[in-house]
Amino acid sequence: MCGVCGCGKEEQELESKHAHKLARDGEAASNGHEDHVHLPRFAHAPGLSARRMVQVEQDLFAKNQRYAQSNRQNFEDRGIFVLNLMSSPGSGKTTLLVRTVEVLSGSGSVAVIEGDQQTDRDAKRIAATGVPVHQINTGRGCHLDAHGVGHAYEHLAPADHSVLFIENVGNLVCPSGFDLGEARRVVILSVTEGEDKPLKYPDMFRVADVMVLNKIDLLSHVEFDVDACCTYARAINPSLAILMVSATRGAGMADWLEWLAVEQAQWVKGCARKITAG
Amino acid sequence: MHEMALCESLVAIIEEQATVEHFCRVHSVSLEVGALAGVEVEALRFGFQVVSQGTVAEGAELKILPSKVFARCPLCGAQELMLPPSGSCLQCGAKLHMTGGRELSIKEMEVE
Repeated sequence: MCGVCGCGKEEQELESKHAHKLARDGEAASNGHEDHVHLPRFAHAPGLSARRMVQVEQDLFAKNQRYAQSNRQNFEDRGIFVLNLMSSPGSGKTTLLVRTVEVLSGSGSVAVIEGDQQTDRDAKRIAATGVPVHQINTGRGCHLDAHGVGHAYEHLAPADHSVLFIENVGNLVCPSGFDLGEARRVVILSVTEGEDKPLKYPDMFRVADVMVLNKIDLLSHVEFDVDACCTYARAINPSLAILMVSATRGAGMADWLEWLAVEQAQWVKGCARKITAG
Repeated sequence: MHEMALCESLVAIIEEQATVEHFCRVHSVSLEVGALAGVEVEALRFGFQVVSQGTVAEGAELKILPSKVFARCPLCGAQELMLPPSGSCLQCGAKLHMTGGRELSIKEMEVE
């Protein structure tokens, strides 16, 4: 059988006697295959342009966005107020969260989704407060995505009208690009980091609703210009709310809790309007 | 860092298209990358090389299309590719309106 085209023509013929003089572009080689044409391997059929353009128009964030929309719909249907907490590692997210859920769990239902690359250390700290928690380990991943959060939410099954905190992976860059379906985005910056962080990582501060400036009890020990920090943050995002907090010492916690209550009330009203309009 | 995850979405879209559009090789992929998409183009190229290995997209060239205008002055109509830190129009000082910049979409592919 011919090894090039698979035709059974010279079944008995040795491959060496059946030398293929391969065709150049558009030119057919015959070599005993007069009734059909051999083309060079991987060549185009003459007259047909094999290379072509395919129009696609697909957003790379679209897949995450679809999951985020579905999460948001679930959250709104069940009145679950969801916050996405983002910051660099070590800013005090978990401490702020522990102190917050300690207070909130006294008056209503609270649940937490923890995101880290490895370990369930943060989940254990939350679990110690008695609040339901689910840990997502992202492995190599540098951010939580809406798909993972959707599964964590199913697993956690928070009560209707509860507050759900999502502690994102400690990273001031990537989480800003991934909508999880949350109602509010919180960026936490600590005074041990440097006041120019909003300028260096503008994406995060642009998408946030509130900046919690944490560890203010350390202000007297570090060189941190609070005014400059706030100016930088507002230059990036003029509508950003700013709160000064010390999660360990308790200063500013009342303002933070009040902000949460006000935002939740506003969000609930917004949802009710959507339902009436829909 | 998350460019890797985005490259996985990109290759998934290409492979989906390969079955729909019947192609087995991709020569180039044109991507529109908005200035606010939070994506580093060089990291994207690197990630794409790694993730596309062994797929129809292996060896394809990533063509990055210039990002669209994403700030517009409502008063004088000036358009800016970068949002100035002040958020104000460089021509007349009015507050600029954001008109885009977060796009990260695959536009077209040259395939065979």
